Amino acid sequence: MSTNTKRQAGAREALAVPDGETVPVEAPTSSDAPVRRRRRRVPEITYSVLVFIGLLVVWQVVVEMFDVSNILVPAPSAVAVSLVDGFRDGSLVSHSIVTMKEILIGFGIAVGSALVSAVLITQFRTVERVLFPLLILTQTIPKVAMAPLLIVWFGIGISSKVLTVALIAFFPLLINAVLGFRSAAHEQVEMLRSFGASRMQVMRHLQIPSALPHIFAGLEVAVILSVTGAVVAEFVGSSEGLGYLIQASNFTLDVARTFAVIVVLSAVGIALHAVVVQLGKWLVFWTATPTNAASEV
Amino acid sequence: MPTSTDTDCVIRLDSLSMLYPTKSGGTVQALDDVSLSVRAGEFISIVGPSGCGKSTLLRIIMGLSRQTSGQVTFGPSEDTHRNQLGMVFQQPLLLPWRTVRKNLLTSPDLHHARDAATQAKADELLVMLGLEEFGDRYPNELSGGMQQRVGIGRALMHDPRILLMDEPFGALDAMTRDQMGLDLLKIWDQDRKTVLFVTHSIPEAVLLADRVVVMTPRPGRLADVVEVALPRPRRLENINTPEFGEIVLKIRKLLDSEHSAH
Repeated sequence: MSTNTKRQAGAREALAVPDGETVPVEAPTSSDAPVRRRRRRVPEITYSVLVFIGLLVVWQVVVEMFDVSNILVPAPSAVAVSLVDGFRDGSLVSHSIVTMKEILIGFGIAVGSALVSAVLITQFRTVERVLFPLLILTQTIPKVAMAPLLIVWFGIGISSKVLTVALIAFFPLLINAVLGFRSAAHEQVEMLRSFGASRMQVMRHLQIPSALPHIFAGLEVAVILSVTGAVVAEFVGSSEGLGYLIQASNFTLDVARTFAVIVVLSAVGIALHAVVVQLGKWLVFWTATPTNAASEV
Repeated sequence: MPTSTDTDCVIRLDSLSMLYPTKSGGTVQALDDVSLSVRAGEFISIVGPSGCGKSTLLRIIMGLSRQTSGQVTFGPSEDTHRNQLGMVFQQPLLLPWRTVRKNLLTSPDLHHARDAATQAKADELLVMLGLEEFGDRYPNELSGGMQQRVGIGRALMHDPRILLMDEPFGALDAMTRDQMGLDLLKIWDQDRKTVLFVTHSIPEAVLLADRVVVMTPRPGRLADVVEVALPRPRRLENINTPEFGEIVLKIRKLLDSEHSAH
């Protein structure tokens, strides 16, 4: 945040000169900056891809040259074959759907309850005084340690996984949302009050929008944790899902398949994360305006 | 001051005092027995060092703080009320997710009163503020001076009778600041609203005002009210005239004498 405002201040100074006249000039950065950026940015991505492909090649070559056992480290080609097989016989797809369901429902519960709690905590001092210390205290419990208990209480079906996911995703969301709802400057609140805004209006017109950047920071962390939560809960006890699949293939020493599931899991994680990031960019548009991007160069 | 015409007094402050509790359990006297009558259409500057309670004074008038004792009365007609006040803050305090035009429309939006007339008023303000090409831009695409102009426009949106300005140009660089002062005078000249303008710059206070209220700190007291009988319209060259210098010197002496008395 602080670097952000500094950047804005810098841009403001740069604009302040033509401001004396009432015919301000277009921001001079807009015309030449994109060209410079384009020249620099595209190679960066290409390099990353090249390095990644290079690593895969090295991996393949090492496995083949030293004849590494398939049980220890399978070659990338073997993983690819296992992936294709998994998709062809439908096993990867069906188990993915189960895990995705657990992640999405659990994540949804976490988002809903964290946002409601954050509103209550920031709006009512009593709730804050009573509830917040307790929540912080329970946050110190490693949530994955709760997974076995949840299995005992809710069985090996989907509900124990959903709850593990919700539990693990809840705290980063709550903390960020509370910070977010409190992030509106006191002066901004007074500005709205000077126009006769009610408490609800201050909430709607100021506190909720200013909380959004923080909430999305929390969502980005929480969505990745949700994937971890679902897999861990499935490890502890389940009959389906990608976590179950990893354990099952480990038992049969089908390590290529384990790797294939890991690939699918990271794809799920990347996809969910990308959705959250994209949604954030779309909703929190004002923190990434041209002025900011231009001064990034 | 001439109080013969009670009827055009728009704000009357009667021995306002304000005590703040401190963390150590004591109290700080932010304002001590401040009385002032403001006439309609008058431009009043309030100067004083930081901590003299000049911002507190505006906040009490605006209704953002409540005085410990004393009274604020609005007059002369019954309908002069707090909703006829507009406040401009030291920071522009624009909502970054709203375009410039929508920031201007903040007040009508809060009162569910956005209609064709307010839209037209917003466009009119954009022209008046020299921001007609920036209506659909977002605040962080604007310079600091432009942002503060939007802040002023937002306060003018509901056409208040009284404009309260709390160091509105304090965060701007010196050159922009002078220009903004003169622009403000131009806007003020169009319909002569009553303005209470808080600043810590003596020349700025004198350049803009009909009367300068001089305040001294701890406790915040009204040291004197200095009449500025310079002709209008004022220009930047006014600063170099001997009359201007005399008034500035007078105010400076007032502030210094209070300083040494403590």
